[in-house]
Amino acid sequence: MRTKQLTSSFGISALAGLAMGAMASFAMPAQAADDTIKVGILHSLSGTMAISETTLKDVMLMLIDEQNKKGGLLGKKLEPVVVDPASNWPLFAEKARELISKDKVSAVFGCWTSVSRKSVLPVFEELNNILFYPVQYEGEESSRNVFYTGAAPNQQAIPAVDYLMSKEKVQRWVLAGTDYVYPRTTNKILEAYLKSKGVKPEDIMINYTPFGHSDWQSIVADIKKFGSAGKKTAVVSTINGDANVPFYKELGNQGVKAQDIPVVAFSVGEEELAGIDTKPLLGHLAAWNYFQSVETPANTDFIKAWKAYTKNDKRVTNDPMEAHYIGFNMWVKAVEAAGTTEQDKVIDAMVGVAVPNLTGGYSAMLPNHHITKPVLIGEVQENGQFDVVSKTSGLVPGDEWSDYLPDSKDLIADWRKPMSCGNFNVKTGKCGGKGS
Amino acid sequence: MRRALRWLMAVCVVVATSTAAYAADPRATDLRPLVQALGSGGYSGTEKALTQLSEAGDPAAVPVIEALQAGDLYVRKADGTVVVARKAGDAFTLTDPLTRAALGDAPAAAVEKIRINNSLRRAISASLGALTLMSPDAGVRRSAADAVFKSRDASALETLGAAIAKEQDKGVRAAMEQARAAILLTGEAASKMTDAEIQSATDTLTARGDRDALVLLNMVAGSGASDITKKSAAAAVSTLEQKLAFWAALQNLWYGLSLGSVLLLAAIGLAVTFGVMGVINMAHGEMVMIGAYTTFLVQEFFRAHAPGLFDLSILVALPAAFLVSGGVGIVIERSVIRWLYGRPLETLLATWGLSLALQQAVRSIFGPTNREVGAPSWMSGAFELGGLTITYGRLWIVIFAFTVFAALLVALKRTWFGLSIRAVTQNRPMANAMGIRTARVDALTFGLGSGIAGLAGVALSQIDNVSPNLGQGYILDSFMVVVFGGVGNLWGTLVGALTLGTMNKFLEPYAGAVLGKILVLIFIILFIQRRPRGLFALKGRAVEA
Repeated sequence: MRTKQLTSSFGISALAGLAMGAMASFAMPAQAADDTIKVGILHSLSGTMAISETTLKDVMLMLIDEQNKKGGLLGKKLEPVVVDPASNWPLFAEKARELISKDKVSAVFGCWTSVSRKSVLPVFEELNNILFYPVQYEGEESSRNVFYTGAAPNQQAIPAVDYLMSKEKVQRWVLAGTDYVYPRTTNKILEAYLKSKGVKPEDIMINYTPFGHSDWQSIVADIKKFGSAGKKTAVVSTINGDANVPFYKELGNQGVKAQDIPVVAFSVGEEELAGIDTKPLLGHLAAWNYFQSVETPANTDFIKAWKAYTKNDKRVTNDPMEAHYIGFNMWVKAVEAAGTTEQDKVIDAMVGVAVPNLTGGYSAMLPNHHITKPVLIGEVQENGQFDVVSKTSGLVPGDEWSDYLPDSKDLIADWRKPMSCGNFNVKTGKCGGKGS
Repeated sequence: MRRALRWLMAVCVVVATSTAAYAADPRATDLRPLVQALGSGGYSGTEKALTQLSEAGDPAAVPVIEALQAGDLYVRKADGTVVVARKAGDAFTLTDPLTRAALGDAPAAAVEKIRINNSLRRAISASLGALTLMSPDAGVRRSAADAVFKSRDASALETLGAAIAKEQDKGVRAAMEQARAAILLTGEAASKMTDAEIQSATDTLTARGDRDALVLLNMVAGSGASDITKKSAAAAVSTLEQKLAFWAALQNLWYGLSLGSVLLLAAIGLAVTFGVMGVINMAHGEMVMIGAYTTFLVQEFFRAHAPGLFDLSILVALPAAFLVSGGVGIVIERSVIRWLYGRPLETLLATWGLSLALQQAVRSIFGPTNREVGAPSWMSGAFELGGLTITYGRLWIVIFAFTVFAALLVALKRTWFGLSIRAVTQNRPMANAMGIRTARVDALTFGLGSGIAGLAGVALSQIDNVSPNLGQGYILDSFMVVVFGGVGNLWGTLVGALTLGTMNKFLEPYAGAVLGKILVLIFIILFIQRRPRGLFALKGRAVEA
């Protein structure tokens, strides 16, 4: 028995060694001297999330490359340090620590899932570094060390619901999501919002499925059944990642057409549609702050550069890529303004920085470390792209603490001095309310 | 040469238009301003023009609206003319939407597409429905009637009456009558109808008996219609709901069967490697994934070299996937697993490591994103069987799963190879003594199990993501099925897969997908406590081997 245990622990450590070796080969050499500014890239290149995150690593490398061609930053070259947290949440924290303590990076661009962000958050706060987080998320958070360049719920979910309500006259709602923190919080906010708009509880159906759910037959049938009550019905989907492809395939197979029951998704972009035959999905919707099909000079240049950089004419661009584009340019501008990459000074210089986004406007960093963005609603086209059918007239400022949840409606974040607080309660006038 | 060709094409188009019935219609000129209006005012402008176009009631508008639906209607930027534009190389070939006269070529930048959204798409199918009710083609009339049923456009009522009077085809007439009933019940006409008329209208809808009818009756029952209408609708709703509940239970059974057959497909290869050989093969899911990627490659080949034969690509992919996955299986057995027989813990760790390595290898070769595997036409869509909706893809997977199962059973029971496998499993030294090359049988058996996993990959590529993570989602379920069914017994795998599939689908509507899965796991834990060897336990000496 004892020998068995020994061999097994040996096996595990051997395996772990193997895995580490594999990961190390992804990391770029970090031997350069002090004449470069190091930028950390913390995106999964293996495991479940690699499907989404690898693209973000590539876009960061491209942006850094372009900046270097323009002469770098503060007279120094930028040097990317890529690590692979392998879709493993605790490993995210370890890799973040490694980037900051060992590689001494000036800022980190990374994470996709909320759980990975929550996992690295204490590391960034403890070691006082900067994280740029490029994905739409559930809000209810504001940290001094994190800049949220993706959409808060009021920059994606709520405008989408408004669109369906006003343009499609939807009265019955299916809130379908994957069972984890982002869909659950977003659906909680949406449920409160819908009720505040007079939607009756029996007209809201909430459904959660496990990660990677692949058999959607009965859920799609349920949606059809729910949609047959004589009121216009829509599905608001916070289904994440791999589960989307079988979900949309099933919708197509069971003939759920966008004209009858439209599905609006918050996690389905050009990249996700690349694996699906989109003909049966014509007209289903997605809400984002960016679509590849947006025709602006900046976007045309960006797409061209991206295709040239990846040497692949079929590569698509998506919303989180734009978020990194905005975040990176903001950081560059803040570093130039501060004249140093020292984190405290950059954090202070970040607020108020405005850079062009790819949809023809300027996005600005707000005191709550969220940004202003336009909200676009797109319909799926046969070629796997989205046709923008609605765009907010102005920019929508990101609202970190939702106004529709009782726990957070009195909270605001303002990281400017003298307030410098991520959860200031306007009722009690004190820093530190509910939430984190 | 090129110019001459273009001339020839133009002449052809002119000849075609002069013979077309639409162009001969003298009213065609009246539609011109309406067609022109389609191109201005954004979505709402297009929709307004469309409504007017369909109210004009001229079938000459049909090809224009169809072009709008297909996204072929453009505005020529130079003079704002609405044209039909079809892509020919880099440029567009323009034709007049009404007369179909050729208008020459234009570069992509010179035209702008008239874009449509969901609400326009609805309006388009409604007006196409109203305009094609009198079409000479019965199939077109049928879909026109369905479109009118959905749109409940009161302006179509008159045409509908005329169409019903003329209609010879029973099925089409029934559809038209349902459409008329739908318009009557939901429109303003309902208040003027007699009780008998209302009753007959609701009866017509009840006879239709599907979900669309239920939607409509629900709408009527909840609307501001007269009491008698509401009452009649409510009665119809409850009859219909009872009927649908019965079908829903059957439908659930079908879903269970379908999920069960997916589980069966995923597990059956494991039933060979784990069940028969006793190898805890954590890389089993990756064999499935390799099968799916082989399908992708085969399809790419077909897309590039023989797009006309695309529907056959899946059939070619089957043997290809079997051979590729089987080959990889044999290599794995020869290089890793054969050193580890009788050491389950090490096998588990080694194969787990292999699974990671294979995933990352595929990720490096094909990239981390999903690959699109298309469905051949005979596998897409659905058909109705009574109140059941059965999708062709799932139906074929059920048939395929049972075929593979039967074939494997025959292979094991009736062939020399199967006999050797069973001999080696039951008593290795004796089999060796009888002249069976056990090492070779081991490799081939592992190859067989892996090959079957590859076949499963072909089927799964039709319903799931083709991504490096494909296999991970199935490995746990596969082990569950094999352990639950009884290790080493193929029939156990069959019964286990179908039981778990059906159970999952019956729990899902009540408990939700997450809790449903947990409940199934708890059930298996309790079951294994009572019967550690699964449903169909092997007895006798073979157990100890």
